[in-house]
Amino acid sequence: MDVIQVNELTKYYGKSRGIENLSFSVLEGEIFGFIGPNGAGKSTTIRLLLSLIHPTSGLASIFGKDVTKKGPEIRSQVGYLPSEVFYYDHMHVGELLKYSASFYPGDHKERISYLAEVMELEMNRKIRDLSYGNKKKVGIVQGLLHNPTLLFLDEPTSGLDPLMQRKFFDLIREENKKGVTVFFSSHFLGEVQRLCDRVGIIREGKMVEISDIHTLQKNNYKKIGVLGRHEPASFEMPGVSNLHREGEWTQFFYSGDINQVLQRVSGFEIQDLSIGEPTLEEIFMHYYE
Amino acid sequence: MNRAIYRYELRQRWSSVGIWAGSLAALLLTFMALFPSFSADMAAMNQVLDNFPPEFKAVFGLNALNLATLEGYFGFCFVFCQLCLAIQAANYGLGLVSVEEDELTADFLLTRPLSRPTILTSKLLATLTSLLVTQILFWAVSLASIAMFRGEGPYEPRAIMLLLGSGVIFQLLFFSLGLMISLMVRRMHSVTPWSLGLAFGTYVIGAFSGILGDVKLEYLSPFKHFDPGKIIRDLQYDMPVLIVDVMIVVVAISVSYWLYQKRDIASPS
Repeated sequence: MDVIQVNELTKYYGKSRGIENLSFSVLEGEIFGFIGPNGAGKSTTIRLLLSLIHPTSGLASIFGKDVTKKGPEIRSQVGYLPSEVFYYDHMHVGELLKYSASFYPGDHKERISYLAEVMELEMNRKIRDLSYGNKKKVGIVQGLLHNPTLLFLDEPTSGLDPLMQRKFFDLIREENKKGVTVFFSSHFLGEVQRLCDRVGIIREGKMVEISDIHTLQKNNYKKIGVLGRHEPASFEMPGVSNLHREGEWTQFFYSGDINQVLQRVSGFEIQDLSIGEPTLEEIFMHYYE
Repeated sequence: MNRAIYRYELRQRWSSVGIWAGSLAALLLTFMALFPSFSADMAAMNQVLDNFPPEFKAVFGLNALNLATLEGYFGFCFVFCQLCLAIQAANYGLGLVSVEEDELTADFLLTRPLSRPTILTSKLLATLTSLLVTQILFWAVSLASIAMFRGEGPYEPRAIMLLLGSGVIFQLLFFSLGLMISLMVRRMHSVTPWSLGLAFGTYVIGAFSGILGDVKLEYLSPFKHFDPGKIIRDLQYDMPVLIVDVMIVVVAISVSYWLYQKRDIASPS
């Protein structure tokens, strides 16, 4: 079942573009990576889905309900971690979390103390006195305390140290195992690679590609490195891209029949050869060129 | 309405209500304490006033007020209280949703499972409660200061009640207009210049219309809608104007709900 369905969604701020004719869907129980550089329209998309802003045209639905009509109903099942966390400065962490919990039915005390313990969050400090990373932790606890079935994470790891990042990922994986769908936006690809099932790549307000993370990685692209003396133009052949040379070290991406490139390589006296999978980061840069 | 929001918003404004009510009390008590000595020497005071040009007197509404009577003197003080009440109400109206947007905390409530009308109603009722508390304190101080300093002379209690009552509509007017204006601009960075502008601007328009005697300008200024001189003289409100004012309040608040419902909340980044 589709948890999120976006159909030809467009948002203009006056004349400037937010997103244009965006269409995609997110399946129940998956972790969907939403990748793009700053200003590509990631936050715009999330804000549209949370009905913080209204679409210029197009449709978006969550749990099969129109986001512009059933916002409150939808949001009772949604957790949101904003990319930049701003909360009422004069409140204590505990107070803020209690205030947040009061909007969802049920008792969330135990859940809050569990999450605060995992994220090592001190409850009796004022929000004003917290560092950026600690505010982010408040955001994480606040986003998870009501056991949402859909999570929006907007560049969630900025400000967290590597140790906290790992704990956070463990937490997200744990939630995902319970069946929680995760919409994870980022411009940092390493983290998406470790966590996501599928990724959508957004660029200048348009979806460039949506694919399975393994397909994207395998997509027949090989990263080939050759050390040895050879002619500058020796690897200029169909299927080769991103060719770099540094002294005797040559590196390129290749997609096509691997035998052809091996034949070409065997024509030279080489010292070393490496054939590997490109990282998502590298594939990603490829989409940008 | 959501109780948690109501309670939170109310707590936010306690100190502000205290400061406004305290300032109003200090203003009134200081002015009214001078009334006994003032009324004792009225002949001399009237002579001084007669030497002022009529334009000057018109600015302060002195041409229509008889300072020798208690209600006239109170009406004179009331003009300054009106200014304070206007600034306070405009401040609350302008800041009702814009402060959270400026401090970038607006996302917090708007991503909870609450509809926008629920959020606005909760905030609105909390603010109206704050204004009600201000009014109760203001009435109490007004009546107390009159009881303390009225002296022996007769006075018209109906005039005092009408004046105090006008303060309520006056605040509603500035509050609802402030709210509507704040929702008509994309982002309001600071509330105070706007509220001071709104209050002093309309006051100055009212004062000038007094000088020019221009009836059309009068209608633009709520200060002239509830001119203390006129209220004391007629012992009633100008009914058509009052009805228009109540309608403005209703329309401004309805428009605010509509604007808030379709508002795009600016992103923090």
